[in-house]
Amino acid sequence: MSMVEAIRDAHGVAMERDESVVVFGEDVGFFGGVFRCTQGLQERFGSHRCFDTPISESGIVGAAIGMAANGLRPCVEIQFADYMYPAYDQIVSEAARLRHRSAGDFTAPITIRMPTGGGIFGGQTHSQSPEALFTHVAGLTTIVPSNPYDAKGLLLSAIESPDPVVFLEPKRLYHGAFAGRPDDRVIPWNEHELGEVPDGHYTVPIGKAAVRREGADLTVVTYGTMVHVAATAMDESGIDGEIIDLRTLVPFDIDLVLASVRKTGRCIVLHEATKTSGFGAEVAALVQAKAFFSLEAPVRRVTGWDTPYPHAQEWDYFPGPDRLVRAMAETLAI
Amino acid sequence: MTEPGPVRLEIPSPPGGPGHHAEFSHVRLSEPGAAPRPEIDAEPDTMTDLAFDLIRVLDDDGIAVGPWDPGLTRDDLLRGLRDMLTVRSYDRRMLTAQRQGKTSFYMRSLGEEAVSCAHRAELGPEDMTFPTYRQQGLLIASGYPLELMMNQVYSNVADPLHGRQLPVMYTSRSHGFFSISGNLATQFIQAVGWAMASAIKGSTAIASAWIGDGSTAESDFHSGMLFASTYQPPVLLNIVNNQWAISTSQDVARGHASTFAARGLGFGIPSLRVDGNDFLAGRSVTRWAADRARAGLGPTLIEWVTYRAGAHSTSDDPDGYRPVGEAAAWPLGDPVERLERHLLATGAATRAELDSLAEEVEATVAEAQAAALAHGTLHTHPASVKDMFEDVYAEIPPHLQAQRDEAGS
Repeated sequence: MSMVEAIRDAHGVAMERDESVVVFGEDVGFFGGVFRCTQGLQERFGSHRCFDTPISESGIVGAAIGMAANGLRPCVEIQFADYMYPAYDQIVSEAARLRHRSAGDFTAPITIRMPTGGGIFGGQTHSQSPEALFTHVAGLTTIVPSNPYDAKGLLLSAIESPDPVVFLEPKRLYHGAFAGRPDDRVIPWNEHELGEVPDGHYTVPIGKAAVRREGADLTVVTYGTMVHVAATAMDESGIDGEIIDLRTLVPFDIDLVLASVRKTGRCIVLHEATKTSGFGAEVAALVQAKAFFSLEAPVRRVTGWDTPYPHAQEWDYFPGPDRLVRAMAETLAI
Repeated sequence: MTEPGPVRLEIPSPPGGPGHHAEFSHVRLSEPGAAPRPEIDAEPDTMTDLAFDLIRVLDDDGIAVGPWDPGLTRDDLLRGLRDMLTVRSYDRRMLTAQRQGKTSFYMRSLGEEAVSCAHRAELGPEDMTFPTYRQQGLLIASGYPLELMMNQVYSNVADPLHGRQLPVMYTSRSHGFFSISGNLATQFIQAVGWAMASAIKGSTAIASAWIGDGSTAESDFHSGMLFASTYQPPVLLNIVNNQWAISTSQDVARGHASTFAARGLGFGIPSLRVDGNDFLAGRSVTRWAADRARAGLGPTLIEWVTYRAGAHSTSDDPDGYRPVGEAAAWPLGDPVERLERHLLATGAATRAELDSLAEEVEATVAEAQAAALAHGTLHTHPASVKDMFEDVYAEIPPHLQAQRDEAGS
């Protein structure tokens, strides 16, 4: 099952189990979403539970907060993460703080889905990875799945969470395990073990990272599309690295990361988002603070450059396997 | 035809600063009783004049006139007066408390008491209001304990919000009062969402959204109006036009539109202007709008035309930006005095009865304040530090627990 199908399936399971779950966003109802993640839901559950909205991200999230305060469980789609900025005030000042500022009298259990990341020649307005703008906010849970199995299980966890969740879907992974080279064949999910998605209800726990590959030489901490890029880099270089897929950024599964770094003694953080004040900075700070005496080399970051996401230069911006191989070699040489 | 010169820009200037005379010629008035009252199911296109008229019931002699007379009982009227007097007394005491250093901040609703007290009286216990910081009348008129409001303002150990929120940002689900944000306009679209949920759930409850004249400039006002227009949920969309956004005159947000109510016409939403200092008109208009919402006829926009007789908050002095004596020149008078005049003119109450009511209100508010002060104030008995870490998430995550341990609380 592709990641699109897994996400669609998660919606169906959630809406079947709980009639308070409602789904809406731009082009989400009749058409089923520009990436087709909500296809068939309106037909199956009716237009009161899955519907189209005006092009108004602050309206989508603001209305979702009010609905959640009135007992519904909205799961809304922002068409691209790049479009979420008009909703940012609603997410940061309202959804994230409602429980705290009302001492639990009102809460905002909403899920805000948004396709993230580049690699589709989307230019600067269809390619961004804004996760650090959410991980910096008290009260939010931020999730980035890397495969269909996790996408379904984590989306169900998100919808069932009592807290607001930002659910970033790496759009380059929607239809296959993109491994970092645009000209290479993308392995379709039905040929991948993590494309095997069980029917019905299951959850993947929030706040738990996963070891995607065991290794002894160094630890690559990453998430989303970059999990597969890291695997390519290790396959091609022969470096025996360990890959940690964070899956949830906040709450951050620091214990799993520390256990790996204490074993390997070296750590690289890999993400597609821009470098400065990115989530990699948080990982690096925590690893050096808590595993300082295990480290054989400085923690290193391999990320997108601190520029807007370019169009023609997309693959020079994207932190692909070659950059990671170079960084791993340099880290191992220290 | 004139020769084209350089293109032009208009920077709005206030109607008058401290050195000027009060000037209210821009406020469109109608005679009491003159505005027509359509049936609630009339087509929106047939009532567009109400976005420019001013719905008034009380005339200058305090007599209720015209089709919008809500026909209130003596008890209704006295209850309304009691609520407004309570708000005014409460405001005066909390302002003084701030001046005495017992809390950090306060905001009065002086001159606007009728707006929220009249509105709340027409809502049911299951309905939800999404107030701004100047609708304490909604909470008081709902019967919420004054002592708890004061504990919140004092941020003391008995503050229901555990000291987390700025004074006046109350919350009470049980009293139909959504958590006040402090970020402007955000709650306007949330109210629309709450009302949409009510319809999706098949409930009978309706929502009431609040925004100020200045905050209609925010994009959330427009998303709220659009979602209300598109989905037709049971929501009352209230704009309180109290003429001032801190020091900025209402015309900066209004632009060259003649009224704020006219904003609703482009959305196809029935839109009314009401005399916000006329308790009877306020109840009547709210009832009409609530009846529409409950009957499945969709949203109504209400512009409450009133005047902010006090400062914006304890952090500004309006004598620095408004003409001196402007409040006295406000053409729609004072809401408390006008309701008292009505009670006296109709013989519903005597001066002695009104004086007695005022004394009773003072005693009630003073008693609540004494009870609140027994729990201390911001500086003597502040809310607990450990509470800061609670309710950030439903369950405290490990990183926050570690920070809580580090804070030693």
